[in-house]
Amino acid sequence: MSEKKLICGNEAMAEAAIIAGLDAYFGYPITPQNEVTAYMSRRMPELDRVFVQCESELAAVNMVYGAVATGKRAMTSSSSPGISLMQEGISYLAGAELPAVIVNVMRGGPGLGNIAPSQADYFQATRGGGHGDYRTIVLAPANVQELADFMSLAFDLADQYRITVMVLADGILGQMMEPVILEKKEQRKLPPKDWALTGAKDRKQNIVRSLWLKDGVLEEINRKLQKKYKEIQKKEILCEEYEIENAEIIVVAYGIAARIAKGTVDKAKKEGIKVGLIRPITLWPFPAEQINRAADKAKVFLTVELSCGQMVEDVKLAVAGKAPVEFYGRSGGGVPSDGEIMKEIKQLAAKR
Amino acid sequence: METVFTRTPTLKDCATHYCPGCGHGIAHRLLAETIDELQIAPKTIGIAPVGCAVLAYDYLDVDMIEVAHGRAPAVATGIKRTNPDKIVFSYQGDGDLAAIGTAEIIHAAHRAEQLTVIFINNAIFGMTGGQMAPTTVLGQVTATSQQGRKAIGQGYPLQISELLAILPGTVYVERCALSSVAQIKKAKKAIKHAFELQIGGANGLSLVELLSPCPTYWRMTPVKAMQWIENEMTKVFPLGCLKNNQ
Repeated sequence: MSEKKLICGNEAMAEAAIIAGLDAYFGYPITPQNEVTAYMSRRMPELDRVFVQCESELAAVNMVYGAVATGKRAMTSSSSPGISLMQEGISYLAGAELPAVIVNVMRGGPGLGNIAPSQADYFQATRGGGHGDYRTIVLAPANVQELADFMSLAFDLADQYRITVMVLADGILGQMMEPVILEKKEQRKLPPKDWALTGAKDRKQNIVRSLWLKDGVLEEINRKLQKKYKEIQKKEILCEEYEIENAEIIVVAYGIAARIAKGTVDKAKKEGIKVGLIRPITLWPFPAEQINRAADKAKVFLTVELSCGQMVEDVKLAVAGKAPVEFYGRSGGGVPSDGEIMKEIKQLAAKR
Repeated sequence: METVFTRTPTLKDCATHYCPGCGHGIAHRLLAETIDELQIAPKTIGIAPVGCAVLAYDYLDVDMIEVAHGRAPAVATGIKRTNPDKIVFSYQGDGDLAAIGTAEIIHAAHRAEQLTVIFINNAIFGMTGGQMAPTTVLGQVTATSQQGRKAIGQGYPLQISELLAILPGTVYVERCALSSVAQIKKAKKAIKHAFELQIGGANGLSLVELLSPCPTYWRMTPVKAMQWIENEMTKVFPLGCLKNNQ
């Protein structure tokens, strides 16, 4: 079970989902996540599980909606334009409080954009994306092992809170091959799915719905949802703090950008610069407290993203004026190099 | 005293929100009777559309799910593929099935999903206030075709059942009407047949289209509405079996 396999991120994530008990996968081809659909099309039937290549991402997310409503574990994966198309379904999943897992292997946008790696869907992922007052949990892996490991976590979180969990990867993580260990993780203690549509045998009918016309009912439902979101914010934040003890400059980055930045931080430290890294792993709930605490000591923050600046807004809210928050980003498929980030760090260090 | 008639148990004992003379009540009753006669209520999962029948779960006593506008066949696919032992039906109006959900119904049929679809065609959007539907007939006055529907610019009435019948993935397609006792009896037979096909594991989708009155937005009395189905609607949407592979 625990031998290392050299495998690309998309396939590692697919196999990890299968190990986590995936009953059904619904997908539509889109680059750069096509390895997932291809892998699932072969592997799921081998295991007598469900694979459907859908007519659109809209259909895919709605097939997930149907499957998870019966208590099964189901997922879909796509890349940015496809995820945009799924937003209707994600809003309905939130309204009906259904547990779903969606993977976004982000590519450049807006529009058709390109097929190169990007982190420009941060707003869409962390703000909900569709209509209405809702949240999705967003997990941001920074290497292929994490991409795989987060699948079982995603299913557990989804089932525990009856929520959509989005795994937010990017074109590099999806395509990159790394040695990974794929093994079954211990499952969380999960509540029974007594709400699921299993046929009204010896019980009252179950109804899965998101329409509430009676005066005041929807507001009550929204209050209930907000209570759930607060609980998630309290219990489920994940964040890596790296060398921040004596850091004057703190780089904040997630996913592949964090992986690049980590290397730069190591190099900069060797040159005597007091720099550390905070890597949000859950993008929602966002590790605002951790960043705010670090701002008591740090002199300046540098947010690095593969976008024109999206997470930087959350970093600013978290820092709450305690220190300046600078930004460096590349977009449209551009990836910041180690040297580019180093230049930014050195400039900030020189100003100190 | 001998009981000669009872309410079919799957149809809940409550008033509906439907307008006087609306066909949904009849369609619900036929559906509920079918489910009870076939004794499948404990293993049936129904899908309510967006449209007037969105609250169908308030009247039909089986497990049900409400879905986004038009997406019922995709949701049904997700349910049936993961629960092949269940009987899955979608109940959809003409806006839901023939406008916004055209891709989903065509592809569910194209994939030969083992589903039963009850398609209510009343040639209008009821819930939003009587706008033109893809099935609105030429010349018909609606909120969004106030001069009467014209083919050029507003399109021809869409005969989606005929379209679906030519796909190899459908096993049974029949068009019935809820316009008279005789037609309602035929409709009941068709609905039952469609469910029996799914129960028997038929390799494809079964669909029954029901021409259904909407007196409110047709601006007619219920009796006139029934007559309009028989005299006008059936000219564009001829009744009968379009396909029966079994």
